Amino acid sequence: MSEFLQQLLNGISLGAIYALIALGYTMVYGVLRFINFAHSDVFMVGAFVGYYLGRLLPEHTVLGGITVLVGAMIACALLGMTIERLAYRPLRGAPTLNVLITAIGVSLLLEYTGQLVFGATPRTFPAIFPVAQFEVGGLVISSNQLMVIGVSLVLMVVLQLIVFRTRIGTAMRAVSLNPNAARLVGVNNDVVISFTFGLGSALAAAGGILYAINYPSIDPLMGVMPGLKAFVAAILGGIGNIPGAALGGLLLGTVETFVSGSQFSTYKDAIAFGILIIILLFRPAGLLGKFTVEKV
Amino acid sequence: MLAVSDLHVSYGAINALSGVTFRIPKGAIVTLIGGNGAGKTTTLRTISGLLRPKRGTVTFKDEGISNLPAHAIVSRGLCHVPEGRMVFSNLSVEENLAMGAYLQRDRARIAETRAYVFSVFPRLQERLRQVAGTLSGGEQQMLAIGRALMGNPSFLMLDEPSLGIAPRLIATIFEKIVEINRSHGITILLVEQNANLALEVSSYAYVLETGRVVMEGPSDQLKHDPQLRATYLGG
Repeated sequence: MSEFLQQLLNGISLGAIYALIALGYTMVYGVLRFINFAHSDVFMVGAFVGYYLGRLLPEHTVLGGITVLVGAMIACALLGMTIERLAYRPLRGAPTLNVLITAIGVSLLLEYTGQLVFGATPRTFPAIFPVAQFEVGGLVISSNQLMVIGVSLVLMVVLQLIVFRTRIGTAMRAVSLNPNAARLVGVNNDVVISFTFGLGSALAAAGGILYAINYPSIDPLMGVMPGLKAFVAAILGGIGNIPGAALGGLLLGTVETFVSGSQFSTYKDAIAFGILIIILLFRPAGLLGKFTVEKV
Repeated sequence: MLAVSDLHVSYGAINALSGVTFRIPKGAIVTLIGGNGAGKTTTLRTISGLLRPKRGTVTFKDEGISNLPAHAIVSRGLCHVPEGRMVFSNLSVEENLAMGAYLQRDRARIAETRAYVFSVFPRLQERLRQVAGTLSGGEQQMLAIGRALMGNPSFLMLDEPSLGIAPRLIATIFEKIVEINRSHGITILLVEQNANLALEVSSYAYVLETGRVVMEGPSDQLKHDPQLRATYLGG
């Protein structure tokens, strides 16, 4: 039983990171109907911004840790908005395939610029937050795990408030439902799309920091696998659906952790993706997605 | 108030409008009638900034607006109720109305406008918390008009308000359109396939055919025009 709870805890903390990244994929899909493949590299840049900021600040302090987290989120929000402005906005109205290919191009650009600037050798991420371990009824809980779960939870609540309670959040939903109708009530869709990229990229940066805290070896290609999993999580939950992305992330993280802990650990990714295929066979629109026929 | 001059619009190689010209005086209800593919919707979409003209100008309150983005045109008091209503289907009636007031900053004014919208369409107040996608066609049309009114327009463009609506409700909607025009002095450009209805409520009409204005005149005259009767009014 305690073994089960232990794995569940590990799974949730991994899944929370997938969820944070998945939210960015799903929000951008919501307003632009394309998958921003460069998103996983924004996650990587977030970790590196955290690495450099963290070396400037004293280690093992709550204030320092929060400064690193917020700093990386701001830097990546700006990066995401810049990518949208330079790479995607000129393609507004172009076929989705063109935008998709551009996204892959931006992704490769970030990865190899990363290798050029940061170097290809993995770096050790500084311990920015205080570290402690607790034992509760046979369960080993690290402060880092609590940090991941706590920070993710706070960010998701804040996101929920932004999307459902603010003017710009309502505009995001409106643009996602019907871009032309949004323009006709006076929404400047470019501003909303830019904001969406900023928001999604900030969450990816937070994901990058939290990931690096738990797996402290970072390199310019570190975003590829978590990015792919988060993308899968977003599809699993129903692409374009915000609670779906969170659910998909948690589910995928948990499944992956349980498989890792079993005798089939070598096949953890195969099994995780296999589950995805099975779920999509039965629910093609994802767990919380609605299957919609495009109307003319 | 609105002047459209020599408007040319094309979708790729296909010309949708080839030189449309008309003007709409302040306070009037003017209608644009014509069959499918005549260019009625294209004309409205170009005026509201969703489409860019290849040639020609749109002048609103003595200002050229044909190069402005859609949101800037809304902010000048020109609102467009699009064909097919385009309500935000997953948002509640209340949120849809709030989106209509997206560019309005004055809270007291927004509340006042909302009260006015409810006085015109009491049904919207009853359905306030309901998700817009679950409303009937007629109610969605009311919501689409209400949402446009929330932007405090001085000029309202309505694209096929009778489309897909229970016949019983069509009369109500058209009464409301006249009421909005009379009580608030909002100038209205009405696009309709139902030419009988459109000529009934409007004072002046333009007839579009394959991207050109082929006929115009006071509505009560056009109603009796034999050629028009044969083509659009069913004899």
